[in-house]
Amino acid sequence: MDDFDKLSIVQLDALREIGNIGAGNAATALAKLINSRIDMNVPRVSILPFAEVPDLIGGPDIPVVGLYLKVSGDAPGSILFILPIERAASLVDLLMGWEMGTTNHEGFSDMDISALMEIGNILAATYLGSLEMFTDLKFIPSVPALGMDMAGALLNAVLAQLGEVADQVLVLETELKRDGQGVVGNFFLLPDPGSLEIILEALGVDTFE
Amino acid sequence: MSSIIQVGMADLKVAKAPDKLITMGLGSCIGICVVDRAKKVGCLAHIMLPSSLQAKNNNIRAKFADSAVEMLIEELQKAGATASSLVAKIAGGAQMFKFSGQSDILKIGERNAQAVEEYLEKNRIKLLAKDIGGNYGRTITFDIETSDLLVRTIGHGERVI
Repeated sequence: MDDFDKLSIVQLDALREIGNIGAGNAATALAKLINSRIDMNVPRVSILPFAEVPDLIGGPDIPVVGLYLKVSGDAPGSILFILPIERAASLVDLLMGWEMGTTNHEGFSDMDISALMEIGNILAATYLGSLEMFTDLKFIPSVPALGMDMAGALLNAVLAQLGEVADQVLVLETELKRDGQGVVGNFFLLPDPGSLEIILEALGVDTFE
Repeated sequence: MSSIIQVGMADLKVAKAPDKLITMGLGSCIGICVVDRAKKVGCLAHIMLPSSLQAKNNNIRAKFADSAVEMLIEELQKAGATASSLVAKIAGGAQMFKFSGQSDILKIGERNAQAVEEYLEKNRIKLLAKDIGGNYGRTITFDIETSDLLVRTIGHGERVI
């Protein structure tokens, strides 16, 4: 299905629900990792033209860290975890048990980068694990790739892959927040064209209105 | 009064001096800036992919290097430009992610840059300057009046080409 506009309310709800549970488990995993409470919002399911995706994270030229994983298996897609660059630095401090402000976001060390990639690994694995339970489909995440730059520039590279078949993208987005400290990051699931049908079918909501 | 016109991903806009065109956060994408310096009319296209021929869906012409170059010539002519006096500056085409495995996502920027240069040449649009490659994003502002292209980056300086 390339025509996202045909998605019914029931289908959108089903997608929101799997986003909710996937991100909920990912948030729990992250909370354990950094020993701090993580809250999340109800996921947003949006169908957007490419050009509007960067607006979800505050505009195309804000500096962010992006962790990107390619998902293979029954319903291929992409996972992207995007966090503002100063938040990424605090996340490294929390993970390593350092005093806040130790990690400098202007010069991440190799160690800081592996710590962030590990966070990407754990979040993606937990998220996909819950998706698997729900859908009985197999999802296999790649090793995370890390990019640090303007949000739009990182999104370009990911969206370009979908661009050959689609003009719009379905984004399942969840905001993770740490205990009164604002947003940690945004978690995106971008199903490849064709995968959405498979996921909807597995959820038992594959009929159109 | 001059205004600054925003160009989004897979989009193309035409403007006349003294207006400027801006596109933010170019990663593997390329910003193609083309101008007729005598008529002071120019355009900026933000392309994502090298070729519309392999694509299953090529409705949006500004998304691909080949169809965007054709489209920008048409649009500039409509706005009063002379096809034979068009010149270009391009920026973008970076590799944004460090990956340990092999993936096409790594090469998309490079392929975009090659394709853009090829189609500009094919259409006899002289390439005056380029700022491509690397592993960082770019925000570019094209001044139609001077045909200066301002390239801003995070941590990799700022320059005018």
